[in-house]
Amino acid sequence: MKLQLLSRWGCRLLLGAMAALLAVLGVTSAAADTKLTVYTALEAEELEPLRKAFRAEHPDIDINWVRDSTGIITAKMLAEIDAGNPQADVFLGTSATSLLVVDAKGMLLPYAPKGLDKLDSKFRDARNPPHWVGVDAYAAVVCYNTIESGKSNLPKPSSWQDLLDPVYKGHLVMPNPNSSGTGFLTVSSWIQIMGEDAAWAFMDAIHENMARYTHSGSKPCRLAAAGEHAIGISFVFRGAKLIKKGAPLELVLPKEGIGWEVEASGILKTSKKIEAAKTLIDWHISPAAMKVFNDYLPIIAIPELATPVAHFPENTLEMMIDNDFGWAADNRKRILGEWQKRYDAKSEPKG
Amino acid sequence: MNNVTVSNVAVSFSAPLRPRLGRDDFFQGGCLIGFSALVCAAIFLPLYAMLAKSFEDSDGNFLGFANYIEYFNTPSLVTSAQHTIIIGVLTTIIVVVLAFIYSYALTRSCMPFKGLFRGIAVIPILAPSLLPAISLVYLFGNQGMIKEVLLGHTIYGPIGIVIALAFWIFPHTVLILTTALSSADARLYEAAVALRTSKTRTFFTVTLPGAKYGVMSACFVAFTYAITDFGAPKVIGGWYNMLSVDIYKQVVGQWNFQMGAVVSVVLLFPVVISFVADRLVQRRQVAQISARSVPLEPKPNRRFDLVMLLYCVVISIILIGILGVAAYASFIKFWPYNLSLTFDNYQFDLMDGGGWKAYRNSIVMAIWTAGLGTLIIFTGAYFIEKSQRFNKFRSILQFIAVVPLAVPGMVLGLAYIFFFNPTKFTVPFTSIELANPFSFLYATMGILVICTIVHYYTVPHLTALTALKQMDREFEAVSASLKVPFYKTFARVTFPVCLPAIFDIAIYLFVNAMTTVSAVVFLWGPQTHLASVAVLNMDDQGDIAPAAAMAMMIVYTSAAVRIAYVFLTRGFQRKTQAWRRREVTTKSIAPSSVT
Repeated sequence: MKLQLLSRWGCRLLLGAMAALLAVLGVTSAAADTKLTVYTALEAEELEPLRKAFRAEHPDIDINWVRDSTGIITAKMLAEIDAGNPQADVFLGTSATSLLVVDAKGMLLPYAPKGLDKLDSKFRDARNPPHWVGVDAYAAVVCYNTIESGKSNLPKPSSWQDLLDPVYKGHLVMPNPNSSGTGFLTVSSWIQIMGEDAAWAFMDAIHENMARYTHSGSKPCRLAAAGEHAIGISFVFRGAKLIKKGAPLELVLPKEGIGWEVEASGILKTSKKIEAAKTLIDWHISPAAMKVFNDYLPIIAIPELATPVAHFPENTLEMMIDNDFGWAADNRKRILGEWQKRYDAKSEPKG
Repeated sequence: MNNVTVSNVAVSFSAPLRPRLGRDDFFQGGCLIGFSALVCAAIFLPLYAMLAKSFEDSDGNFLGFANYIEYFNTPSLVTSAQHTIIIGVLTTIIVVVLAFIYSYALTRSCMPFKGLFRGIAVIPILAPSLLPAISLVYLFGNQGMIKEVLLGHTIYGPIGIVIALAFWIFPHTVLILTTALSSADARLYEAAVALRTSKTRTFFTVTLPGAKYGVMSACFVAFTYAITDFGAPKVIGGWYNMLSVDIYKQVVGQWNFQMGAVVSVVLLFPVVISFVADRLVQRRQVAQISARSVPLEPKPNRRFDLVMLLYCVVISIILIGILGVAAYASFIKFWPYNLSLTFDNYQFDLMDGGGWKAYRNSIVMAIWTAGLGTLIIFTGAYFIEKSQRFNKFRSILQFIAVVPLAVPGMVLGLAYIFFFNPTKFTVPFTSIELANPFSFLYATMGILVICTIVHYYTVPHLTALTALKQMDREFEAVSASLKVPFYKTFARVTFPVCLPAIFDIAIYLFVNAMTTVSAVVFLWGPQTHLASVAVLNMDDQGDIAPAAAMAMMIVYTSAAVRIAYVFLTRGFQRKTQAWRRREVTTKSIAPSSVT
């Protein structure tokens, strides 16, 4: 009897402890506010400052971020829409091309946020009311590791064509355009600069030099920064950040011009929290939000508020090509399919 | 009161041919039926959904084998099937040989510190399979600490995958092999000595045959783990594609669910073959140890013990070294250019993968999995083992409980998406549409817990069965005749006696829930980021130091829980398990009954 009692008490104690632990964990994660589920491709370090700044003005609404690379978050969104079970309330800070793809499914709520008139016309959907609005622009860059390049005698490239030189064989990394927004805008810019046929010939050649294709647009620059590979095609923001952290990088803007994208946002028609979603969209083009975006990117939707960002090449704006988003959205599927067939299906690069 | 009992007994005696179904029987039968319904919903329906998906196009039209034809006409996908088998075989050979020698040292030598080496061998269980891969990047990557060792070969590829997998699978094989090697009949060895058989010959004619089933089992386990793991090839595979990574790429990279389903079915084949082979082999196993056996006691042999000790030291250094590299790397400011130490990499909220919330979620998930899983698995095993009737039904359930072992985590996870995500599903071969009653689970903590429990069902189930089998069925018979409802027997006798096994099960589930990537990589949702998936995502973004940091958080947590468990249960066990040791029982009970 004594034994049974002991074991029974033991069990109760254990169950009690488990329940208490669960309760504690539950309390810390529970909040009484309206919770918006926001799908985004913004960089991870932007998310918490943005949420904090937003919460300071709207303490009754909280943001639940779901972040992934542009291609992946877009694919997730599309898959959930197809399954009739979309999870997001807002699609925020993702490439305008992706917004257009979701819009083509009729899923975006046309909405003119407060302060719309202050935005540069490049940063909004031309329709009235717009289906999407943009906050900033990000652009491709070549991250060049000076130390490792020195060791391997790799000259600093100045153009895209330079990267075809066989000396770079095995030293080059770029993002896979199927999963990464940076990858796609780079490929799309090559086609827009060179024309379709020349661009594919160029990609066939650069494929020979490629050490690997990565899932994310950040990773090539991070790999270059860590010296795993000497040169990574990535985007300026990541390069500038890594230089600030002490990476031995130089940022090269190839002279043919660089691809770029607007980071745009829209509200999902299926959201059950439309009012809160509108509040978020209103806020995210307000001067307060612009200030947060400007901490990372110098090119923002309200140009007169823009201040320079450390380590950003000064001529970034001039080097950006005349990007045709409509063309990119219409041809996205075809380009990605072709790329996939040519380069991803090859299991290993020759040599 | 007494009269009633007697008359009842008389009644049952008068009709011995058809015993009446009592209240307990109905209840147990009900539980068995409910349990099998649960099992169907949790394993077979999702797997069916996945199989169906592999025959459909993206709009849900039936295509026949078109997807499979496309698959086998895509050279890169077929190559990854070959790669998968190559890696599986290579890893199995390497890890089983290494683990065999290690287990041999633990069981057949008289080297010192056996307990310590036993403990060290289990360390990799506490880490997700991503961790060794991350460490290998730091050790042998293009900026690796000791990359010269590879003589110019790249770690990104088969070399890296095999090393990472060998690290991660090592403990599982050691556990199997020490069990197999620890039971041996000393009389055989005495006979060998009497016949002046050489040591080598004895090894091949006595030791190996004795451990045959253990070795085979270890091979099957190693092979299955190697071909189904996803973390190691994802991080360090480079261009070397494997099936598990293909599933991920198809599903997460391209959202091509149909092709993901096809690759899953392809991956199921070798796993199921290995599973069936293992079952067949184990069925032929006969008891090595009879009542007359004399347990083998290793005799000291200075040279042999020294060699074994050296071997174990080397292996232990490698195991701890790999873990240590990840721990160290997580504090490095900027590898390889700035080696000063920092806590920056632990600021998960500034990085991908869901931040510290992912870590908290993982703990919540692990607690639920351990709690709920132990409850379900143990009661399930109880009904299967202790119910008095429904024999055929129970043996079917017994088989079903072993099935999860043959389903790779990624395949199960993908099957769960197909089953739980749609808001509607059509009844096969008709056009009737039904609302999916389970779709509310999509992207919740619930689905993660269910999937993890199912994925790790088999091993705890077998543990529970073993514990329950130790108890004589007379307990149930006696309590039934005393009219004690079975649940009282369960609560007062069965449960306390099996407590050590129950705790083992809970810990097993907790640790696996913390470390699993493959089962949950498709299932996490906006509110339910997990630490193990965060490691994967951070590595995907190139944030390798924070990835190492998060992987170490998982290790620290599982280690802390395991250590706490050992200390907590030490006192606890002495009380509830005192009956197991005769002489201690009388001593410890006597004073306490006085006070």
